[in-house]
Amino acid sequence: MRSRGLPRLGWNVVGLALFAVMIFPVFWMISTSFKTTDQINSVTPTWFPLHPTLQHFRQAIHKPYFWADVKNTVIVVLVAVGIAMVLAFLAAVALAKYRFTGRKTFIVLLIGVQMLPGIGLIIPLYVLLAHVPVLGLNLVNRLAGVIVVYVSAVLPFSVWTLRGFLLGIPKELEEAAMVDGSTRLGAFMRILLPLVAPGLVATSVFAFITSWNEYVFARLLLNDQSKQTITVWLSYYTGTSRATDWGGLMAASTLIAIPVVLFFLLVQRRIAFGLTAGAVKA
Amino acid sequence: MGAAAGAAVERPRRPLVWRRVRSGSVPYLLVLPVVAVLGAILAYPIYRLVRISLEQYTLFQLRTGGIYIGLHNFDSVLHDAIFWHTLLRTVVFTAVCVGATIGGGTLIALLLVRVSGWVRILVSIGLVLVWAMPPVVAVQVWNWMTNVQNGVLNYVLTELHVGDYFGHNWFQTPFSSLAMAVTLIVWGALPFVAITLYAALSQVPHELVEAAQIDGARGWRVFKDVTLPVLKPILYILTSLSILWDFGVFTQVYLLIGQPAVVPANYVMGVYLWEEAYISSDYGRGAAISILMLAIVAVMSVYYVRRMVRVGEVE
Repeated sequence: MRSRGLPRLGWNVVGLALFAVMIFPVFWMISTSFKTTDQINSVTPTWFPLHPTLQHFRQAIHKPYFWADVKNTVIVVLVAVGIAMVLAFLAAVALAKYRFTGRKTFIVLLIGVQMLPGIGLIIPLYVLLAHVPVLGLNLVNRLAGVIVVYVSAVLPFSVWTLRGFLLGIPKELEEAAMVDGSTRLGAFMRILLPLVAPGLVATSVFAFITSWNEYVFARLLLNDQSKQTITVWLSYYTGTSRATDWGGLMAASTLIAIPVVLFFLLVQRRIAFGLTAGAVKA
Repeated sequence: MGAAAGAAVERPRRPLVWRRVRSGSVPYLLVLPVVAVLGAILAYPIYRLVRISLEQYTLFQLRTGGIYIGLHNFDSVLHDAIFWHTLLRTVVFTAVCVGATIGGGTLIALLLVRVSGWVRILVSIGLVLVWAMPPVVAVQVWNWMTNVQNGVLNYVLTELHVGDYFGHNWFQTPFSSLAMAVTLIVWGALPFVAITLYAALSQVPHELVEAAQIDGARGWRVFKDVTLPVLKPILYILTSLSILWDFGVFTQVYLLIGQPAVVPANYVMGVYLWEEAYISSDYGRGAAISILMLAIVAVMSVYYVRRMVRVGEVE
């Protein structure tokens, strides 16, 4: 097209400037976590730590409750995502492969529920989990309470995205399996499941990230420092009472962001995001 | 064998009634677990929420159960100036966030079309990295960058001769605090919008753009009459999503401003709700605020839900 030469050079410069501004906070977090305390506390910033130190990482991981809260987070996230994926997959099969009365209502509720801000539900969920009816349990300050909330939080979009992945599988494949004498279940297990596996992985990773990043309900439902999740732990990180330990804080932030970033890079392309799916036909 | 397979493909043509009943119930069995979980963890709490909003319900009633007091909580909230001020502030806050996110996202998407391949890859990597940042982590990075003593923001602004920002406290006034929250939220939301819009831009037919250019249309005209109509559906969806998210925002604002500094003058709805419910432990009043907030969100989400359902119907 026409935009060659000079105009393109100009746009490239703008693009690079944009890149620099957008990436700066991430860069600054990582860079700070490797600096010495003197460099951090100086009024004149050091842009690149030429003699990187791991001291702040050591400090961060030896801070009380770091490992306990990492463990809590991993348990909560794995259990919640595991349960949610099984349930969501079943519902997604129903939406993708069957027409049934009430299907539309179900879709409306699924999409509608997803848009409700979690903060609006803190009171009844707290009251509910503090005293679960019928079972008579108190799930406040227990990982189970947070797990239950996370399962329901990730279900709607998981169903919706999985449905999208299931729709992408040609019907002929499934039918061919049945012609070969398989039952519907057999066809499902042998043909559908392997084909939808990448979709399942992508959806569960997205659910993983959502749960890992969640703050409100973890803060609401878990009070003991040894019972908290890592986002709550990070939100309380200040250092000594006198001054914030920025180096340790940034090192901890980096450590907490790493799993999310890695997983996100894995699936970002696959999840063309259920939220807008269909509006862009890629 | 062949006949049986044919029957299996055309499912409903089975003579036996019980079989039809069984296969008819399959989808219901499949959605049942999800419905059960959402019923227990969403529908039932919403029912409880309505009930609590009609009750006097404080920490004490957590053990004994609430006392029915009719619409008193709603009356109290709707006659509270803090509620109306917070609502207004949240509307403005949301408008600014959404405007900046959608406007900025569109500009970035248009820029991505115009740059060289390697710049596009670089910017995309940057966007995805930002997108992946956990909100609580981003808050802490913002805290560090804007800190009074030696935040890098003050240093850079001073060095660029924007003014003397040495020792400037960004969290001194409610306006400035919320402005910082806006930058944090917009920064985090831009990648999703920009990348989605960039994908949508690839749908703009080349021939149309060229035809418009041959007809003498330039820059803005091409965008307005050729590109924008193609982007419109996705722009609507992104805008309504952003409105819903930003209106209900809590974590970023609450943590960035910090609990001790959170006061009615810098409340947004999410923070107001938290303070009323959790800190002052007046669950009845908090429930009334929740219901008002959820109702506003529900009304606003009608458009988005209808559009998405149409997508679901077509497929």
